[in-house]
Amino acid sequence: MKRIPPAALIGLIITSLYFLSAIFAPVISPYPMTEIVGGVWDPPSAAHWLGTDNIGRDLLSRMIYGGRTTIFIATAATVLSFTSGSVLGFTAAVLGGWADQLLSRFVDLVMSIPTLIFALVVLSVMPVTIPILIVVMGFLDATRVFRLSRAVAVDINVMDFVEAAKLRGEGRVWIIFREILPNALSPLVAELGMRFIFMVLFVSTLSFLGLGVQPPLADWGGIVKENKDGIVYGIGAALWPAVAIATLAISVNLVADWVLNRTTSLKGGRGG
Amino acid sequence: MGIVTRLVAQRLALGLLLLLAVSVLIFIGTQILPGDVAQSILGQSATPQALANLRRDLGLNEPAITRYFSWLGGVLTGDLGTSLTSGGNILSEISTRLANTLFLAAVAAVIAVPLAIFLGLLAVRYRERWPDKLISAVTLSTISLPEFFIGYVLILLFAVQRQWFPSVATVYPSMSFLARLDAVILPALTLTMVILAHMMRMTRAAILNVMQSAYVETAELKGLSTFQVIWKHAFPNSIAPIVNVVMLNLAYLVVGVVVVEVVFVYPGMGQYLVDHVSKRDVPVVQACGLIFAAVYIGLNMIADIVAILANPRLRHPK
Repeated sequence: MKRIPPAALIGLIITSLYFLSAIFAPVISPYPMTEIVGGVWDPPSAAHWLGTDNIGRDLLSRMIYGGRTTIFIATAATVLSFTSGSVLGFTAAVLGGWADQLLSRFVDLVMSIPTLIFALVVLSVMPVTIPILIVVMGFLDATRVFRLSRAVAVDINVMDFVEAAKLRGEGRVWIIFREILPNALSPLVAELGMRFIFMVLFVSTLSFLGLGVQPPLADWGGIVKENKDGIVYGIGAALWPAVAIATLAISVNLVADWVLNRTTSLKGGRGG
Repeated sequence: MGIVTRLVAQRLALGLLLLLAVSVLIFIGTQILPGDVAQSILGQSATPQALANLRRDLGLNEPAITRYFSWLGGVLTGDLGTSLTSGGNILSEISTRLANTLFLAAVAAVIAVPLAIFLGLLAVRYRERWPDKLISAVTLSTISLPEFFIGYVLILLFAVQRQWFPSVATVYPSMSFLARLDAVILPALTLTMVILAHMMRMTRAAILNVMQSAYVETAELKGLSTFQVIWKHAFPNSIAPIVNVVMLNLAYLVVGVVVVEVVFVYPGMGQYLVDHVSKRDVPVVQACGLIFAAVYIGLNMIADIVAILANPRLRHPK
């Protein structure tokens, strides 16, 4: 086990802190999520570290609960997009022929509409609930995972060990999960970080536009929307969620970089 | 020459076909998905009678295929339908907003494109040294920031603390060009920062790619200065990939504009779309979605065509 480089270590610590605070939000947040505990936009104080929000709720508590919602939705959507995208991508690569053509052209079609626009179109007729958000985001993002995993799998599919497996009569399911998946893991893991960040930004953007998580539930994009009018009076409450999103994004990227470097160097020099 | 025209014609046809397929997809997305449009508009407490009336008015009793073709026929003849919430003609409501959005995007492009190319050249000139690393670090961190954050920070700095520019980008038809420019400068700067990073990094990569070719090495060996090598040999040959990069990023602008318009309360297409999504005004959403997709597909198509024109190798696909 090699030593973890400092940049990755910092990334790992910050990322874990965000996830831990998401999991233990009810335990660590100083006030309940929706309780009014002070005046409108009180400045930061010992009782309220980040001050209060547009209707006098504790901003730190809103941020912690908001992180819980945002991270939960982003994680669920990433899991959905990865499982569906990679299984379909591998399948398309292994099957080839018309099945591959059909799936690939359909993905091209979906990707020819900007993701945000497509999401807005769909959300105009669907009720905006958290499960629907997760499914819409996961489905739209699965197209990118599909492209990557198909490209990776096409390369692996022609390698000798896959040929050997085919010759000894393994089925397609075995080929996909036992031969291709383990070898495609490192580019996919690196992409996982990118997709997760994209999901965090995506759900925050939707909530900021008023079409994501609905109040009184807190989430990072929604906190920006609730507090944006304060900006004109020089009150920065709306900027905290963005700081949280940016630090989470940077630390996840640091970890993903390290994972990618580590797995590729493992592949290059075995036992080195 | 024949093969080039044929390839370009092929791309154009492909783009139109894609647009047609997209119109089907948008229609399916709004009409055939499990959500009931009439129910969404009237809410859960609607009486069955009211629902039935609205369904009839919207033509929801017709089969989906019939509705699709009558919608498509309308779009092709310039009739985008009627808004459910305002009752107005969508085309006339959209046209001024589309012009506003294009103006904003154009201002952003005029700032972003030369700046990105300049920074890209600078990064290549000082490759792996501190100017390159500084530009990389700054642009990389702007990628991690959401559009609305950049917008509000700019408002806080330049509209609230300094009062150089207005925080709300109000424009009206009788405005002079300069006043209009003053109104959109902050949103345009926000958009610039959103696309600058990608554009600059892709420009840098495009030039570096050319820098590895043999004729650049020859130019270096015959004693030209680094700047002259870049300016006279590498840059002309990377114009085509750079134009490609610029087009792809302008397509990316289409998405950024939605959020930025909401931040600055700018009366453009993006805000119009977002407003009507929350009002569940399906005809407006369809029309806006189609226009955004058309611009996006169009820019991607131009990028493709530029790539074909610039790179002879792409003219002979295997």
